[in-house]
Amino acid sequence: MNRLSWFNVTALTFGFAFLYLPMVILVIYSFNASKLVTVWAGFSTRWYGELLRNDAFLDAAWVTIKVAVVSSTFATVLGTMAAYVLVRGGRFLGRTLFSGMIYAPLVMPEVITGLSLLLLFIGIGLDRGVMTIVLAHTTFSMCYVSVVVSSRLVTFDRSLEEAALDLGCSSFDAFRLVTLPIIAPAVISGWLLAFTLSLDDLVIASFTAGPSATTLPIKIFSAVRLGVSPEINALSTIMIGIVTIGVITAALVTKRNSLRQQQEEQAAARVA
Amino acid sequence: MQRFVLIAVPYTWLLALFLIPFVIVFKISLSDIALSIPPYTPTLEDGFGPFFSALDFENFVFLTTDDLYWKAYVSSLRIAVTSTAITLLVGYPIAYAMARAPEEWRATLMMLVILPFWTSFLIRVYAWMGILSQEGVLNQVLLWLGVIDAPLTILNTTTAVYIGIVYTYLPFMVLPIYAALDRLDGALIEAAEDLGCSRVQAFWLVTIPLSKNGIIAGSFLVFIPALGEFVIPSLLGGSGTLMIGKVLWEEFFNNRDWPVASAVAVILLLILIIPIILFQRNQQRQEEA
Amino acid sequence: MAETIFAPWDDPTEKPLIRFRNVTKRFGAFTAIDDLTLDIFEREFFALLGPSGCGKTTMMRMLAGFETPSEGTIELAGQDIAAVPPNKRAVNMMFQSYALFPHLSVYDNIAFGLRRDSLPRADIDARVGEMLKLTRLEKFARRKPHQISGGQRQRVALARSLAKAPKLLLLDEPLGALDAKLRQATQFELMDIQEKTGTTFVIVTHDQEEAMTVASRVAVMDEGRVMQVATPERIYEAPESVYVADFIGDVNIVPGTARAVGDGLFQLNWAEDTVPFIAASEGAFSEGQACHLAIRPEKIAISAERPPEAENAVHGKVLDIAYLGNLSTYHVELPGGQVIKAQTANTRRISRRSFTWEDPVWVSWTKTAGVLLDQ
Repeated sequence: MNRLSWFNVTALTFGFAFLYLPMVILVIYSFNASKLVTVWAGFSTRWYGELLRNDAFLDAAWVTIKVAVVSSTFATVLGTMAAYVLVRGGRFLGRTLFSGMIYAPLVMPEVITGLSLLLLFIGIGLDRGVMTIVLAHTTFSMCYVSVVVSSRLVTFDRSLEEAALDLGCSSFDAFRLVTLPIIAPAVISGWLLAFTLSLDDLVIASFTAGPSATTLPIKIFSAVRLGVSPEINALSTIMIGIVTIGVITAALVTKRNSLRQQQEEQAAARVA
Repeated sequence: MQRFVLIAVPYTWLLALFLIPFVIVFKISLSDIALSIPPYTPTLEDGFGPFFSALDFENFVFLTTDDLYWKAYVSSLRIAVTSTAITLLVGYPIAYAMARAPEEWRATLMMLVILPFWTSFLIRVYAWMGILSQEGVLNQVLLWLGVIDAPLTILNTTTAVYIGIVYTYLPFMVLPIYAALDRLDGALIEAAEDLGCSRVQAFWLVTIPLSKNGIIAGSFLVFIPALGEFVIPSLLGGSGTLMIGKVLWEEFFNNRDWPVASAVAVILLLILIIPIILFQRNQQRQEEA
Repeated sequence: MAETIFAPWDDPTEKPLIRFRNVTKRFGAFTAIDDLTLDIFEREFFALLGPSGCGKTTMMRMLAGFETPSEGTIELAGQDIAAVPPNKRAVNMMFQSYALFPHLSVYDNIAFGLRRDSLPRADIDARVGEMLKLTRLEKFARRKPHQISGGQRQRVALARSLAKAPKLLLLDEPLGALDAKLRQATQFELMDIQEKTGTTFVIVTHDQEEAMTVASRVAVMDEGRVMQVATPERIYEAPESVYVADFIGDVNIVPGTARAVGDGLFQLNWAEDTVPFIAASEGAFSEGQACHLAIRPEKIAISAERPPEAENAVHGKVLDIAYLGNLSTYHVELPGGQVIKAQTANTRRISRRSFTWEDPVWVSWTKTAGVLLDQ
């Protein structure tokens, strides 16, 4: 049945070539010795060196990482709370509005979110800087976290929590000792998602960042607006490399864990 | 008590940083531009009476008089619809092939589709700048192959914007369709063929209808963000590419006309509400099924 | 063995451990429990039996504290427990899904409740050891729940809920996830553990055989009401309603009208132009009152000739035969069209049956074989 027909092979080959070739080309050209990005002039790591000496980029990278760590942590806490409210909150006044506010940012054009937050910050006289970017990023990424966590909570066997209560836990202890350890993988992937979204965001950061804080995407955007730059190629390669290693490691760890669990369950079934 | 805190904290946060900002956008869209900081009038400092009485629909009227805006809306809609259709045509065969691939490959294929999503959006768009430019890789290859005699101008045209949207949003199309096709019982196709369908007929009569929900979900997931897209048109598009996200950005940052920018945002939101509601209905129906 | 029979429910001086008083539980417009009054005594093994949706799980969840009654009170050892949250009740529950914490080892699962009471480490260790021994899980203490078999998981769940030595243990379909063979063995194990620990057990089940095997008393429930509370023998032999008779085991129900003939005996007119049946009954029936005779198939004899001494005997023909290995059930059609099931034990290996389809036969039973029911 599952033989790969020529059609399927073609679809997969072209599909994945389309998805990956642009990035592969970008990576190759990052090792181009020439300043002219389109002419191949031999292998060189020159642009990586230039990148590391470019303080503006390094500063922006540092700001970006700070913003991403702080905002994704806040977003994870708030998003997990929101997920809990969505799945377990029962009825309360304004529940529809609440779930609307959770789902709306997922489909909201970034220009609108950015604009509205900027107008708020100006309205209340908050100086734009790292703080405002953190607030903005926390707001939209908490919604992603809550979607990820609530989809896990929906399938969570509620009797586990009841068992904890039955055995003498307070409801907070039941969450801390039972629910949280079990949904931890979803919470962690929520955090990673929030972190990536924050690292990645250009539009909302552009609106909410002041002159005192520039993030890496803002820096990249202003650099590439005028055309391809070899330093950005090098920077992109580094970022692609980090993500690739991260995702592959995560996939391998997950695969190994599920394999081990499968084996153990089979062993248990044999004992029975 | 615990429950109250649990609900109140995220609720307050979203009210303060999501809902109230929209109210402000709406309000400013009804204000007048002013040469001050903030650059609109009236502000709350003028007191409540004049604050509300001075509001009007001038900016919305202005949007209808200058054809730049409605052209931008129409062009955004056209670009979003067209690129959604192209993404579907490109994405469906990939999803189909993934669902038909041997069991042990599927997890890897899934990962390969998701991986680009974790890499920077900006970088993925940027990657095409080097490929599509006059001296770019694509032109070099085509020239070398002898397909063309003179380099094509693709970068800074609407074509480049289509390519950019299809490329960046392809995973959003592939994943829901794959999920739908993966659930599809292979015996159904065999049953259709057993009952006299040809391969192609079985595909049209069984596979396509049963993956309908995936197609709808994927299309909305591409269409909705594409409509308000800013990065792709500003990096890959040219001066001839009108998209509303870009117009809003320029109105705000370059012209500093906040009231008009807000009015543009309000209308974009109104346009988006219909597909968003349709999308949520589709999702709900799927969850119930 | 001159032990007194364990029957605190017959002793008016005995104080019940649990007392439901006019308890009603509504979920919106749906009434799950309808004005229920019930006593459960210490050391009892009490079974709540009924089809799904009859309210038995709701009753159990009210005892555990996960639901509160809409009306009425529930007392545990004389105290109203409405205001006591689940984590403060001396009641533990064994969940249908077992609800074992997947991230904790067998040992930590059992120790979970003890640790909440901040007991000294050594005490916890001793108690967990005791529980592991009781449930024969010593070898598996360090395994995680997914590394042990279904039967072992069931025992971990039991050990965990018993570890805190609750006054009352609630078991929600405790054997539902086990296969038939294992279930039987486990039933006896449960009874054994209940006896050893002296804990009061309340078990919810939809499996009548299970309820009959393990329980000291059974409450048969339907649509939020307790239909009958009695020992398994009485539930089977002396059901108080057609519902209970029909729910437990196989039964013939013959509708008719009653006529007293004195001495606690009644005639049942069940069809025109037939000899009425005769049955003894503790209850009284007025002349012409509609009633039902409930009689178990194994109490009906089948023969080719009319047994001379039979108190009730009626002629019919064999409609169907179900051969079950140990037993055979004959479906016999009576003159009025009524079908009676008669069961015989296959005590010998037979190559040929005494009766076959369409054979004319007599079915007969004694006057005390069945019960007369008014509802």
